[in-house]
Amino acid sequence: MQTLLIPEIGHFALIIALLMALVQGVMPLAGAATRRPLWMAYARPMATGQFLFLAIAYLCLTASYLLDDFSVTNVANNSNSLLPWYYKASAVWGNHEGSVLLWSLILAGWTFAVSHFSRELPRDMLARVLGVMGLVSVGFLAFVLITSNPFARLLPNLPEDGADLNPLLQDFGLIVHPPMLYMGYVGFSVVFAFAIAALLGGRLDAAWTRWARPWTNIAWAFLTVGIALGSWWAYYELGWGGWWFWDPVENASLLPWLAGTALIHSLAVTEKRGSFKSWTVLLAISTFSLSLMGTFLVRSGVLTSVHAFANDPSRGLFILVLLGITVGLSLLLFALRAPRVSHQVGFNWLSRDALLLINNLLLVIITITVLLGTVYPLLLDALNLGKISVGPPYFNALFVPLTVLLCLFMGLGPLSRWKRMDGRDLFKRSWLAGLAALVIGGVAPLLYRGEWNLKVSLGVVVALWIVLPMARDLWTKTRHSAGRLAGIKRLSLAYWGMVLGHLGVAVTIIGVTVVSNYAIERNVRMGVGDSVEVAGYTFTMTELASRRGPNYLADAAEIEVRRGDSRRNFTMTPEKRLYIARGMPMTQVALSPGLFRDLYVAMGEELEGGSWAMRLQYKPFVRWLWLGALLMAAGGIMAVADKRYRRTVAARDPEGAPAARAREATA
Amino acid sequence: MKRRLLLLLPLVGFLVLGIFLFMGLSINPFERDSALMAREFPTFELATLEDADRVVDESLLEGEVTLVNVWGEWCPTCKQEMPQLLDLAERGVRLVGVDYKDTRDKGRDFLDTYGNPFEVNIFDPEGTLGFDLGVYGAPETFLVDRDGIIRYHHTGYIKPEDVRDTILPEVEKWR
Repeated sequence: MQTLLIPEIGHFALIIALLMALVQGVMPLAGAATRRPLWMAYARPMATGQFLFLAIAYLCLTASYLLDDFSVTNVANNSNSLLPWYYKASAVWGNHEGSVLLWSLILAGWTFAVSHFSRELPRDMLARVLGVMGLVSVGFLAFVLITSNPFARLLPNLPEDGADLNPLLQDFGLIVHPPMLYMGYVGFSVVFAFAIAALLGGRLDAAWTRWARPWTNIAWAFLTVGIALGSWWAYYELGWGGWWFWDPVENASLLPWLAGTALIHSLAVTEKRGSFKSWTVLLAISTFSLSLMGTFLVRSGVLTSVHAFANDPSRGLFILVLLGITVGLSLLLFALRAPRVSHQVGFNWLSRDALLLINNLLLVIITITVLLGTVYPLLLDALNLGKISVGPPYFNALFVPLTVLLCLFMGLGPLSRWKRMDGRDLFKRSWLAGLAALVIGGVAPLLYRGEWNLKVSLGVVVALWIVLPMARDLWTKTRHSAGRLAGIKRLSLAYWGMVLGHLGVAVTIIGVTVVSNYAIERNVRMGVGDSVEVAGYTFTMTELASRRGPNYLADAAEIEVRRGDSRRNFTMTPEKRLYIARGMPMTQVALSPGLFRDLYVAMGEELEGGSWAMRLQYKPFVRWLWLGALLMAAGGIMAVADKRYRRTVAARDPEGAPAARAREATA
Repeated sequence: MKRRLLLLLPLVGFLVLGIFLFMGLSINPFERDSALMAREFPTFELATLEDADRVVDESLLEGEVTLVNVWGEWCPTCKQEMPQLLDLAERGVRLVGVDYKDTRDKGRDFLDTYGNPFEVNIFDPEGTLGFDLGVYGAPETFLVDRDGIIRYHHTGYIKPEDVRDTILPEVEKWR
């Protein structure tokens, strides 16, 4: 259906949003610099208006998709009348223009949230924060309107039907993966804006970190979930059963995550102890810069990968200029302003401060390692030294040992005290847990598979070394005269958030270790009636059939699976689909998920004689990878729910307020 | 003063990275290295689209620099690419088509409607040759030299400006 008006309203709303962003970027910053309250007061209404008009633009584009308006180029290239409605709605961000629009909408959403929830901020601080976010938004909205207008029309010769959404993207994972990822990427703009505002105002006390911490945690949690969803999607949708490929675009999301992980820890140090001030500012700038760079790498097509949509170099240049201005100016500001506000707070080398410093250094080293591996092929190419690709061997060789080292310090972190602590005390708190981790880790592969395996032992030891000392700490902390329950209640949500987050890391490590070492993959030829045994499961092909879906044709196999001699069996149905509009074949994997193992069946090519090349896989503990990520994200959110971030609520609750303050004093 | 210089370090690092990213932009992203670069064209034995009884193999491509274009009736971009291919044929470039995952009738209709720049079309209904070539989808174009070695790979749509800027220079280079 063609509508004259909807895309034009969307386009117009986008232009209004840009103008509002411009006012939001200029007036409050100028007002804060010249101390004019009226100018500063522009910040909040403009943030609200910008969000409203971007939401209108976004809804208009969604409406064009749902109504099959193929006069809109974007819709004609990425949708089809046969596409189910939910994929039409998610196809909006399955392409370059729409995904940048979503990026801008989410930025406006975060800005609106900050303007709404930060009313108790000093007026000039809020004006600066919203001003900086407004300027970032100006850059992106100009990018959308000038190079990537999602409302461009195909008039007067419009196509009868659309070219369809890339079948790889017709999937639940895709519906949720990009928005989560963008929530994370863009969410780091808040802490970035706070850091820049603090630099501009010359007030780099611990106050800005207290305001920025909850926002950073939430953004980090979203990014964690986003990355996990991407990994999960690649696992079942690409048909290879891999869950991480060190693909440049995956790395682009991992980089801000690593820097963000360092940031949430260094924010804690700055807030509690007032040290690491310049460092925290630099990390805040770096984390958001890496988010922007990730956007650049994906959107410019400088690095090709499964995620890159069709690209055009003028867009790449625009984003690079945007990146250059944003990051360059921020780092320049940092170099000029950071020294004015620094002073040292002393701490002993055996203290939580020192352990967190090591955590930060290691995380930054890991970030740089991944960054170098990601851009190295580009550097060589730019210097005319040939085209190469840096593969998993490089990343694994550096990432794994550095992570193990990080985890060794991570086990001690929760036990340690601020400022200084007695070495004997630390030893007393951790030796038993360490010994238990070594013993259990040492025998774990023997018990699980009857054969010793160094890598598995190492993985289990590391995971237990994170969990056991923390469990002991928890046991001691919950000791209370009124019983355990009272003891548990006494602990703050921030502490529980830390526990969950660290537990998540351990769970992910277990998943990575087991699935990397014990996964079984068999590529076999199967016809109807053939049986194959993999890891104690018998797979029998009982039927081959042709099916028709809404926008595809499929060959489907029925595979009956039986474990050992058990009577019970279940059926798995992998498909090989041909998407009609694009003529693109796709593998639809059949999965039997479980907490301790996944069974994974994918159809390959049809062979002569009516049989098929089939890929059967046994993936033990693979779910733990993503379960761990969910725990980490839950930890991040839980820490935000801590009472001390809810000052206004606590103030109204006469009992809560003193308790919260008392806890703060002891923490 | 020393500390101030230290604080400039992140900026300097970023500027260096920025310069490389800028240089990276001028590298054609679609020039991804095909795994087949500088290798022989894969062996095949397939009928032609024009004549179901005529079977051709890789020797078809030897003796003259040839542009092999993978297309299909189902592929909308291929229709937009046809004028560029006709232009190339007019400039004396030898073109061979691979009708990929198509039916014979639809393939012939396509050529009747949009013109036929190809000397001959290899009919690949099962996509076996396409699979050996490692194509992701249509259109994709391979330049094969007189010895049957793949010398250049163009993924996706050949834009009008690509004819002059990349395809013709590559053809000249290997002639």
